[in-house]
Amino acid sequence: MKFTLSDEQRQFAQALRDALRQSTSWDTLLALGVHEVESVPDLVVAFLELGRAAVPGPVVESFAVLREPSSTLAWPPHVPYIVDDADHVYAIVHDTRYRAILEDARSSVDPARQLHEYRLGEAVGPIDGQAFDRGVLACSAQLVGLGRALLARTRDYALQRKQFGKAIGSFQAVKHHLADVHVALELAEPLVFGAAVTMTASDVSAAKIAAGTAAYQAMRTALQVHGAIGYTAEFELSRWLLKVRALVTAWGTESFHRERLMAALCG
Amino acid sequence: MDLDDTDLEFRHEIRAWLSENVPTGLSSMDTADGFEQHREWERTLAKARLSAVSWPAEHGGRGASLTEWLVFEEEYWAAGAPGRVAQNGIFLLAPTLYAHGTEEQQARLLPRMARADDIWAQAWSEPEAGSDLAAIRSRGVRTDGGWLLSGQKTWSSRAAFADRGFGLFRTEPEAERHRGLTYFLFDLRAPGVTVRPIPQLDGEAGFAEIFLDEVFVPDHDVLGEPGAGWRVAMSTAGNERGLSLRSPGRFCAAADRLLALWREVGDPSDTALRNKVLDAWMGARAYRLHVLGSLDRPVGAEASVTKLFWSQLDLALHETALELLGPAAELAGPWLDGYLFALAGPIYAGTNEIQRNVVAERVLGLPR
Repeated sequence: MKFTLSDEQRQFAQALRDALRQSTSWDTLLALGVHEVESVPDLVVAFLELGRAAVPGPVVESFAVLREPSSTLAWPPHVPYIVDDADHVYAIVHDTRYRAILEDARSSVDPARQLHEYRLGEAVGPIDGQAFDRGVLACSAQLVGLGRALLARTRDYALQRKQFGKAIGSFQAVKHHLADVHVALELAEPLVFGAAVTMTASDVSAAKIAAGTAAYQAMRTALQVHGAIGYTAEFELSRWLLKVRALVTAWGTESFHRERLMAALCG
Repeated sequence: MDLDDTDLEFRHEIRAWLSENVPTGLSSMDTADGFEQHREWERTLAKARLSAVSWPAEHGGRGASLTEWLVFEEEYWAAGAPGRVAQNGIFLLAPTLYAHGTEEQQARLLPRMARADDIWAQAWSEPEAGSDLAAIRSRGVRTDGGWLLSGQKTWSSRAAFADRGFGLFRTEPEAERHRGLTYFLFDLRAPGVTVRPIPQLDGEAGFAEIFLDEVFVPDHDVLGEPGAGWRVAMSTAGNERGLSLRSPGRFCAAADRLLALWREVGDPSDTALRNKVLDAWMGARAYRLHVLGSLDRPVGAEASVTKLFWSQLDLALHETALELLGPAAELAGPWLDGYLFALAGPIYAGTNEIQRNVVAERVLGLPR
């Protein structure tokens, strides 16, 4: 297996990155054809960029799991509430897709995520066998993208912010934290791409664990290096910080995926 | 994994050969007897042209592609084959010979290296120059037809029993730290050389001090231009940190053995230890996929990323195995040997602190 992106994939990623810098609206995603992405490796390419730009909305649920841009869902227990809202709302229970009716709103740690309680409507039919793992992998790629954005922003801040007469990025303690984050992200990403090719339970779960861990490390380091300014709501770092926190437990907690990974490896 | 047909054919051939030929019960390569046993194993590999598979046929290899080389490494370690006593030469010096050596040097040195006629020791560190390699003081002085080397090298792996050494010497004392260094190849048994073995943590003489007193080296054993040794050496250091020495095969094999050990003795209710097993397994897999994904990229400062990763992974794999073994971990055995070797990982090839600085400065662009 040779994991190098094709020219088309690189161009797609670059086009998404450029467009999302201007606007993170869903019109941008639709204009670039994110809803038409078929292969899981291509989904990973797209979701790295969606994460990097901290695109709001039920992106995993619509584009990766249901593959209908006007839909969202809950998938208890891993996605316990309906994520945001859309024309079509479903709940997946025992691999069956039900219509769902929105009830009370619940607030997420990420203010950009609107969660809703729901009650089940009529059954619509089965959900395809890879849908859950597509959700896990899209979420994993989003986490790596979020981590990359956090690292880049933190690096820029460390270059610009001065203390004791020097840029804080010249201090070894800061450098070493950022180097460790870089290493964690560099080695999490291949697991995500590898799982996208094999789609085995062990690879998919390993990808989520590694992506979640690396993104969380990026998030903690970003906040620490930014200091108090990073803790303020008006500073936009929080868009990335809090989305990481929300996604670390979405689409399977770390302990769920560790159970699943061990079961796959040891039968 | 999805390799193409020739890769798979190659894998089967290697696997079959190894299953017939891998020796068991060799003594430690850091003892006099063990060193010669390992040299014999290198010669057996060489007869099948497997000691340096990626080299061209005229140097004793079989022109294997990078992917085939990775396959070879995976099979080699999965078969439980011994560590490579010739690795300093084959994986550290040889890439530098290919990059900077003359045709004459390549033709003279590489086939002997492939057959383990010459086993090489690296002579980088000095008492005052470890990770700060540019601080070296050992010197080379011009003489008729060559140079006279004097000074002291230390922590030279395999030097206690090896045949030849390679290292940097200061040839222009007035030049700045990184300039005026020259890369020399020298005989460890030449007049003027004294080798003093240094027992390691495990009690064996894995490395040694080398004292040089006006040791003559002919001009044809200067690698690269005189005075350009730093640049030549850095390409070797990149190989040590990067792909060539730390191929994923060794870690994948260790991860498989760790999983097997967990199946055998692990307590399913001990989720903390289970998680360490999983982390080590994921780390080995991540490293393998990372390497496969970066085959088309040159190894530069990124070698520091992998060095940080594999050195920590190697420790984690072995620490976890020892934890699984419980009180029996104290006893000699392959996991303990591997652990003692892994302990050195964050120290050699440039300490991990230095590697973090390299990543921060050269990959992330933070100020020095």
